[in-house]
Amino acid sequence: MSLDLFLQYLFAGITYGSIYAIVAIGFNIIYNTTGIINFAQGEFVMLGGMIAISLLEYLPLGYAIAAAVLITMAIGALIEMLFIRWLESPSVLRMIIITIGISILLRESALHIWGESIRSLPYFYGNEITTFNLGSVHISPQVVWVIVACAVMMAGLSVFFRSTPIGREMRACAANRTAALLCGINTRNMVTLSFMLSAGIGALAGCVMSPITYTQYDSGTSLAIKGFTVAILGGLGNSLAAVAAGILLGIIEAFSVSVVPLAFQDAIAIAILLLILFVKPHGIFGSSEAARLKDF
Amino acid sequence: MRTPRKNISLAALCLVTVGLHLLTAATGTQYYLTQLTMAAYYGLVVIGLGVLMGYAGQISIGHAGFFAIGGYLAAALTTRNLEPFRDAPLVRGLDSLGLLAAGQDIYGAALLTVTPWAACLLAVSLAGLVALVIGVPVLKLRGHYLAMATLGFGTIVYRIFLASPYFGEADGIAEVPAFPLLPALGGFGPVVVSGGAEHRVLNFYVAWGVLILGMALLLNLIGSRVGRALRSLHSSEEAAEASGIATARCKLQVFVLSAVYAALAGVLLTHFNGGIGPSEASVMKSVRYVALVAVGGMTNLWGTLIMGVGLTFLSLRGVFGAHDDVVFGAILIAVMLFTPEGMLSLRLKEWARRLIPGARS
Amino acid sequence: MKSSLSHWVRAGAVCCLLLGPALSPALAGTVKVGAIFAVTGPASFLGGPEARTAALVVEKINKAGGIGGDTIQLIVKDSAGSTEKAVSFAKQLIEEEKVVAIIGPSTSGESMAVKKVAEDGQTTLISCAAADVIVNPVARYVFKTPQKDSFAAQMIFEEMRRLKIDTVALASGNDGFGKAGKEQLEKLAPAFGITVAASETYDSKATDLSALVAKLKANAAIQAVINWSVVPAQAIIAKNMRQAGWRVPLFQSHGFGNIEYVRAAGAAAEGIVFPCGRLLVVDALPAGHPQKALLGQYKSEYEAAYKEEASAFGGYAYDAMNMVAAAVRQAGNDRAKVRDAVEGLKNFPGVGGMFTFSPEDHNGLTIDSFAMMTVRDGQFVLYQGK
Repeated sequence: MSLDLFLQYLFAGITYGSIYAIVAIGFNIIYNTTGIINFAQGEFVMLGGMIAISLLEYLPLGYAIAAAVLITMAIGALIEMLFIRWLESPSVLRMIIITIGISILLRESALHIWGESIRSLPYFYGNEITTFNLGSVHISPQVVWVIVACAVMMAGLSVFFRSTPIGREMRACAANRTAALLCGINTRNMVTLSFMLSAGIGALAGCVMSPITYTQYDSGTSLAIKGFTVAILGGLGNSLAAVAAGILLGIIEAFSVSVVPLAFQDAIAIAILLLILFVKPHGIFGSSEAARLKDF
Repeated sequence: MRTPRKNISLAALCLVTVGLHLLTAATGTQYYLTQLTMAAYYGLVVIGLGVLMGYAGQISIGHAGFFAIGGYLAAALTTRNLEPFRDAPLVRGLDSLGLLAAGQDIYGAALLTVTPWAACLLAVSLAGLVALVIGVPVLKLRGHYLAMATLGFGTIVYRIFLASPYFGEADGIAEVPAFPLLPALGGFGPVVVSGGAEHRVLNFYVAWGVLILGMALLLNLIGSRVGRALRSLHSSEEAAEASGIATARCKLQVFVLSAVYAALAGVLLTHFNGGIGPSEASVMKSVRYVALVAVGGMTNLWGTLIMGVGLTFLSLRGVFGAHDDVVFGAILIAVMLFTPEGMLSLRLKEWARRLIPGARS
Repeated sequence: MKSSLSHWVRAGAVCCLLLGPALSPALAGTVKVGAIFAVTGPASFLGGPEARTAALVVEKINKAGGIGGDTIQLIVKDSAGSTEKAVSFAKQLIEEEKVVAIIGPSTSGESMAVKKVAEDGQTTLISCAAADVIVNPVARYVFKTPQKDSFAAQMIFEEMRRLKIDTVALASGNDGFGKAGKEQLEKLAPAFGITVAASETYDSKATDLSALVAKLKANAAIQAVINWSVVPAQAIIAKNMRQAGWRVPLFQSHGFGNIEYVRAAGAAAEGIVFPCGRLLVVDALPAGHPQKALLGQYKSEYEAAYKEEASAFGGYAYDAMNMVAAAVRQAGNDRAKVRDAVEGLKNFPGVGGMFTFSPEDHNGLTIDSFAMMTVRDGQFVLYQGK
């Protein structure tokens, strides 16, 4: 394999990987405060993209994205208040099924609102064929946007969780819900907040990746499966690990193209993941103690 | 009192089966039997999964994979021509064992395929074997990690069927022949699994017969020592382990059993439909099975059976039109929010008891 | 288990039966036509326009007084692209609704599965899926309206010969459309002296194909790429090729005949060459063209009704529905006669082309039903050669 080709694969892998990683971060935020996996996370990504595209008729790009993120956050909060908030210590399986139900409802509503056709936001910089050249490797500026968005989100979240009072309360809630409650933290509000936060992150991800991947009413499902895979692979609850795992998965996928037919790409990538999972049952970066705390 | 009650329920199920047939015959609506037959096979998958989830406490978002292994193998073996390989030692060996059937295709060319019985046994045992092999590492995982591993398994199976020309890629396999279960005996004609209108009543009874047998077996399992072990496992794995129950083996046995149920359903439904497509292996299908178990009530096998067969029947009839998924999603949410024990949970039965005077508890 | 359970079992069963649509005997003055389309699910970009178009055609016929005073009742079933549902619905339509004919299904896998049901039920099935195998070999009751894949492959290869291209790479979607196209391309390439250097299948939900493009680009022998699918990946591969700075010509299939994909690919769509029915270039057709009036009419009616551009997919259903209507008009509400009438249609103008069926040909179109097109300034135009 020539160096050029190697680099092209590497960048393709990083592109896929950052997309998976942003979705996985959304999973982790809700998982951390509630211990549940929100299978509607992929739909937040889809909604963010769709709403921004619809608003683009009335607003400039930046405002449309901002508004889409806010609207999706409101939807996230609404979903939490309608379906989750008033349940008394629901079992994890029950929550899985409810979030699967929510994801089906969101997807089908999107089909009835926006139809089955594909849409996309315009490229933030340049157009479909603009590229930067890094040596002999061509990179679309939108890929840079995705990677930057991923990095900014990670930095932002880390500052938020470490240095703001609300962030610290959310972390307390994640570490031990009962203790947090005893300290006077309104854990219910923290859960609502975590839904808003992850909906917002999902929506932003949906906007940034829309020019590359396009947005369709059912694009959330496959993203959710990939995001879930990555979150598990990294070790649930650990966002930094999710980014690493996402990029690892992306790179495995990209390089697998060079050895096996593309049609088997997913089968190969997931088989490798399962093998990793069998050796490290709590994810590459997860520890068994941390996982035990949140087992069901 | 457990045993007689179980038998009464099973007898009631037999009566319902006959009743459904008579009802459709009396009202001239026998075409309902087509979808009832299909729904019964899906019901078989769902009750198998129900025991795994409700009693062994292990979620599997990959059961469509086992269904597809059964269906696809049966379809491929009974349709793919072995004539060009007639001289290969394996084919000759199979032939001498009487496992191959010769025939003609639509152009009149010679066709050599595996007999449906041999294909069925092979497909179901392979599914069981796969479950055994992947079950050992997969069932060591817990919670979301277990969900991910089974989901991953389902995805791999789906991808393999979708990518392999041998399995027809996106088109799946069509023109699967009928499955002669039993030859003609005495006054009875042969028992054939086939979608033809002339076999409709027969196939309805075959499907529901298989379902009732499957149910009886599971009820016995739950009532047995294994069942008690399973239940203790569900409430606390550590406690079960401490009291000397081989939890890993128990879980594995149920996992394999449920995989065999799914594969058998896959084989029979494929012969009934005359074909199978990749949608049968998709993750959404697996999710649907899990959801049906949950809607029926996790530890309520009868609830699982009724909801599994009932909702599938309505979906196969296209009652909800383009809103099939919406209705399904709404039912999921509603049941999980308001009656997490399943739609037919205890409360309903208490209401029913109050409504029906004389019905004993 | 509680004994009251059996009550519930029975009650549930009765409810199930009652919930099904009430048995409606064919009313005098009603002709029932069944339709199986993937309105939702992974093939919804086929089934959606098809279902909407069929409804539009029926509405128009009924408004104009129906067929000899009888109104058409169109029963649309959403298969969500799954085989088992398509089989169930086909049986339901034939045995229960007693439809005179069925249009659809949208995908080739479903069509192949339903083929036998239609044959057994002796009911005409006009499929809207592209694969050649649906009508080859000919089944008595099964027809299809989309142009044959083999015609599209031939046109592409002929153009390549003119351009002196002899080594190509194939990329196709992993759905029925992609599979059927890939088979035809691989089969026909040797006859045109063209070498297929690589053939790859991508997921129909693929969101980025830059790794695939990198792999193909590394093979310096490849002089052109043929992509065959109906999914958004058609726009994605175009984009990724241009982003990688790979300048070989990109050919696509008739699945590209949807302006949405041109918009999605933006600047990268320029210069893509593909064969398609003439709906896309109706304004450029000469005034005397036999399809011109019909194409213009369909386009304007569809676009007025649904506020979206008409695509070739909807056209498949337009032709199927009109064929059934024409056959019923000629033969009455009778399954056997309707089949014969469909087979007897000659020079029938449709969106896909001029259909002439015969006992040996249940597609009825010639290679002339396609024209080579390209994209210029974000619009479809007739391809004039390089």
